[in-house]
Amino acid sequence: MTQPVLEAEGLIKTFGPVVGLAGVDIQLYPGEVLAVIGDNGAGKSTLIKCLSGAMVPDGGSMKVDGRVVSFSSTQEAREAGIETVYQTLAVAPALDIASNLFLARERRRPGPLGSVLRMLDTSGMKRDAKRHIDELGISTLQNISQSVETLSGGQRQAVAVARAAAFGGKVVILDEPTAALGVRETGQVLRLIRDLRDRGLAIILISHNMPNVFEVADRIHIQRLGRSAGVITPESHTPAEAVAIMTGAVTLETSGDVTAASE
Amino acid sequence: MTRVAEPETAEEVLGQKKTLGRQVHGVLHRMPALSPLIVLVAAGVVFGLANPRFFLPGNLSIILQQASIVGALAVGQTLVILTAGIDLSIGAVMVLSSLVMAKLVKDGAVPGPVALLIGFAVAVLAGALNGFLVTRIKLPPFIVTLGTLSIFTAGTLIYAQGQTISLPANTFLTWTGSTIAIGSFNLTVGVIMMLVLYVVFAYALKQTAWGKHLYATGDDPEASGLAGIRTNRVLLSAYVVAGAVIGIGAWILVGRINGADPNAGVNANLESITAVVIGGTSLFGGRGAVVGSLIGALIVQVFDNGLALAGVDPNYQVLAVGVLVLLAVGADQWIRSVKS
Repeated sequence: MTQPVLEAEGLIKTFGPVVGLAGVDIQLYPGEVLAVIGDNGAGKSTLIKCLSGAMVPDGGSMKVDGRVVSFSSTQEAREAGIETVYQTLAVAPALDIASNLFLARERRRPGPLGSVLRMLDTSGMKRDAKRHIDELGISTLQNISQSVETLSGGQRQAVAVARAAAFGGKVVILDEPTAALGVRETGQVLRLIRDLRDRGLAIILISHNMPNVFEVADRIHIQRLGRSAGVITPESHTPAEAVAIMTGAVTLETSGDVTAASE
Repeated sequence: MTRVAEPETAEEVLGQKKTLGRQVHGVLHRMPALSPLIVLVAAGVVFGLANPRFFLPGNLSIILQQASIVGALAVGQTLVILTAGIDLSIGAVMVLSSLVMAKLVKDGAVPGPVALLIGFAVAVLAGALNGFLVTRIKLPPFIVTLGTLSIFTAGTLIYAQGQTISLPANTFLTWTGSTIAIGSFNLTVGVIMMLVLYVVFAYALKQTAWGKHLYATGDDPEASGLAGIRTNRVLLSAYVVAGAVIGIGAWILVGRINGADPNAGVNANLESITAVVIGGTSLFGGRGAVVGSLIGALIVQVFDNGLALAGVDPNYQVLAVGVLVLLAVGADQWIRSVKS
């Protein structure tokens, strides 16, 4: 059995009297897409924020590649190989694609031009940005010097995903990547997610969209009331059963019986 | 699910419609300083036709000298406006700084270089105060600098006690006013310093990570923060560096008026903003080029000078600048609207 690339045990996070996470376990393996679903207030966002370093959990432990870690900032999580694509995309609209890809990770020119004059390796970054974009097969992004605001929603998403994938990350967390997209663009982003998985990255996908989740996920982690209500796969359960578990209409055990009985 | 062939953008589906308007929009989007440059050249041609004396080297060098103070301040103002902020106190800081420099030499018998450093430090600290109030206390830049404008102005008047300080020419502090003649074209050291500021900051904004972060922070602070930029640090740096630029502006001012006058820069606050806005930098942040501010500062002086040479009532210069500001803001609004 392979070792999980990212693992959390008994994560607890409270906000005063409100319990965000009441001891959540999660395992993520290389080369898989793990969807996280749950109703509003189930603790999806809190879980993701703890994993991505945006929040510090009150209890529990986290491991990356079997080593115990604790993140006090997203920067630390990023250094450990966990990249997050936020729902707001975190791109600067007026900057071009290459600048956005390297935002906050700019590379300087070698030699005194870089060390003394702090000159950026603009052409090198453009070249690498082009290579990353080409590797991901985002063919609609032709011009790397185009400003991001001239792109469509799906293309912007592609830029944000490319940035997460470009820096040797092990884990990419995608927060509602298709929420604002049309049908065609959604298909494009789902294909991108599969491509990343096929390259060996581990992906956490937070989504409300059941058809998308069942189309692309290998396993589905269901959050309910701050706890894990179970992990299912698109083969073991139907979307309707997943929603039933999510809302508490049935538990994983009884739904499994239903599935077993119907077979 | 049906297999979707290579996804197309709406443009590909509808056919590329590259109308003239869209092309102009695209060019201006990439080069925000282009439209002010066209205005500057056109104004030069018109004023040159109205009175051939406009293009005499002596006259052109006077325009440059008159633009040197506001031009220098506009560099600092550009940095702040690129972060979607504004600095209303910029002229007041310059006057305070210049007064400290001149008064230390005149009354305190402090050596020129030391007085310069102390005056420079005053400007940097004033910028740091603005930056601190904006980033730590989280007050809007407009309100912060409106407040510090009054504070620095009052500080200047109290410190000066109604005095104007005159210094002899060709001392260390007034070196910025000494001229270097190239034929009948008289460059001052101050003009050269101002131009060097533009070269340095054009480089810093375009070629360094600090510049990229300044643009990104002004463009979308939240997104920049999530991307890993320490936006508060970038904002603070904009105000502090603007303070340093103002300190150099103060030195240029001392050389230009051979001393310090508490009433010297009353209009410099707004004139620096005018130069930046006419120069095509967006008041909403994240868009613009520092060279545009130089062009903006020159446009104001060219109108001033050209209309006077053409024998037109000088009030029309004020009118023309007002129209240009509105045109520039209108153009920015159009450039920022992206039609998909």
